[in-house]
Amino acid sequence: MWGTGTVRGGAPATSEAVFERLLHISGAGILALLAVVFVTLLVHSFPAVKDLGAAFLYGRVWDPVGGEHGALPFVLGTLFTSFLALGISMPFSLAISIYLGEYCTEGPFSSFLRSAVDLLAGIPSVIYGFWGLFVLVPLVRSLQIKLGAMPYGVGVFTASLVLAIMIVPYSASLGREVIHLVPADQKEAALALGATRAEVVRKVILPYARSGILAGVLLALGRALGETMAVTMVIGNSNVVPQGLFSPANTMAGVIANEFAEATGSVYLSALVEIGLLLFVVGTAVNILGRRVIKRASVEAA
Amino acid sequence: MRRSVTLAWAAILALACAAAAPAAERRIVGAGATFPYPLYSKMFDVYYRQEGVKVNYQAIGSGGGIRQVQSRTVDFGATDAFIGDEEMAAFTGAVLHVPTCLGAVVVTYNLPGGPTLNLAPDVVADIFLGKLTRWDDERIVEANPGVGLPDMGIVVVRRSDGSGTTFIFSDYLSKVSPEWKETVGAGKVVNWPCGLGAKGNPGVAGLVKQLPGSIGYVELVYAVSNGMPVANIRNRSGRFIAPTVESVSQAADTELPDDMRVSITDTGAEGGYPISGFTWVIFYKEQDYAGRTLEQARDLIDLVWWMTHEGQKLAEPLHYARLGEVALRKAETLVRSAVYGGEPMLAGEARPASAAEAGR
Repeated sequence: MWGTGTVRGGAPATSEAVFERLLHISGAGILALLAVVFVTLLVHSFPAVKDLGAAFLYGRVWDPVGGEHGALPFVLGTLFTSFLALGISMPFSLAISIYLGEYCTEGPFSSFLRSAVDLLAGIPSVIYGFWGLFVLVPLVRSLQIKLGAMPYGVGVFTASLVLAIMIVPYSASLGREVIHLVPADQKEAALALGATRAEVVRKVILPYARSGILAGVLLALGRALGETMAVTMVIGNSNVVPQGLFSPANTMAGVIANEFAEATGSVYLSALVEIGLLLFVVGTAVNILGRRVIKRASVEAA
Repeated sequence: MRRSVTLAWAAILALACAAAAPAAERRIVGAGATFPYPLYSKMFDVYYRQEGVKVNYQAIGSGGGIRQVQSRTVDFGATDAFIGDEEMAAFTGAVLHVPTCLGAVVVTYNLPGGPTLNLAPDVVADIFLGKLTRWDDERIVEANPGVGLPDMGIVVVRRSDGSGTTFIFSDYLSKVSPEWKETVGAGKVVNWPCGLGAKGNPGVAGLVKQLPGSIGYVELVYAVSNGMPVANIRNRSGRFIAPTVESVSQAADTELPDDMRVSITDTGAEGGYPISGFTWVIFYKEQDYAGRTLEQARDLIDLVWWMTHEGQKLAEPLHYARLGEVALRKAETLVRSAVYGGEPMLAGEARPASAAEAGR
């Protein structure tokens, strides 16, 4: 309905200006949205900040009945599962990136594989949660029985496995693209010097593409930190500091999703919002840290 | 392409107009508890066909329902945990709690053969405290002669999300176990000493089904409609009571306060199942606020009256326990106490005095 008149009827200069203004507005809109989210979290977490102070950050007990709200179990749970997932997923996503970016760049199999990896990113997280619950949990339980651990099946390890699978496509697709972009003359130069293909990958491609690969890893980490549904279904939702690899735990996103709907009492509700704020801050910190790492890595590579 | 876009816009506009047109339609907006949602949606469907008043109910959870009433954005809220005195202080007007039906929390488990167990209150408390950790413990064996209890560890499964189910269960445990009261307490979310958390009744049921030797709690409706094994719980009169709609209704045949903000867990009623509780609709006693008309207020009062009377016959087919005689009397008095601009709305009117006419 709209658009036809102005674009076709108006002078090109006007439509250019309108277009540019539109772009400006949408760019500013993103910033405004981010600021609004941050301010909202800040305002609504104020009662908890006032009431709990710094104890919120290092408190190990989450007891809404007794009015104790310590976020440490959730912060540690989130970091533990996310980094473990990152560790598990990295070899796989790196292998996929190298294979698709260097060894199998064209042809129907390559494009099939590529869309399959991208498809992994499109599966709703609740489906991952279900799959984890019905497939991974029994597997992990039988592993736990063999190892003599408490056979819960759910817990930090299961959650990290599910997360690892979920984040593979994020680092893999970016990794593939940057590996694909490594200039052919660099690779040919190495080959001319007598390097094998594996040596080219190790000595030329990986150093060249390092910052891009790291960017993908950080994207994946950001995704893992905020993931809610799939994790909460398999982590065991125990509001305690994780005791070990197999112990049940909970994450920041998980506790918000679980408890927000029925939270009554202003400090309790506001403590949940403060966890949201913390998640926001941790996410931003990881992002900034990541950017620095990428910058340094690209300087080294250059 | 452009043409189809235009057509789509036209269709959207037409729909919007159609939706806006019957502005004269009488409608009531409510929000709150998920537990009675299946019953309420049935009730409201029948009510719409009978009375032509549409009830739009959003099952956003009890906490959400209370918040919506507090901000006066709905006609009524619904909750499985009554508003405590402290919370009530944050409300600007008196809020009535009218019970609509009863629910119960049952203890379910995963044991070979799916036997029906008898559990004493202290045993349930100690299991969920993490103190009683094996199925062949003599305290369990003692109450279950003839049941071959396996040499197996107990894995506790409980709700991870805030829930009225957890409230009723932890409220019960607080009454029967001083240690529970001291260390955990009652609430929609509590600081569990042990076990695994799962989201919602389906989450708990799913985890219990998967974990041999596990024990968990779900609401009666969910357990019955999924054919899960449930434990008989010993009540104050010393009998092991199976959770059924009848034994849950009986749990409320006891002394009840006039405002009906009451927990009936650990009931003194002889045949009553001890982990039972009311679910309420809540609304302001003074209905003249925020530009509400007398007609709107009357529609709401009529609806609540209907829910506590004629609507009761819809409860049992859906496995909800109906209000007993004592609770019904109190509910009637509460509904009659609602006013519009200080004037009672029902007091002078002839009303079916009891549920007798309602097909009891």
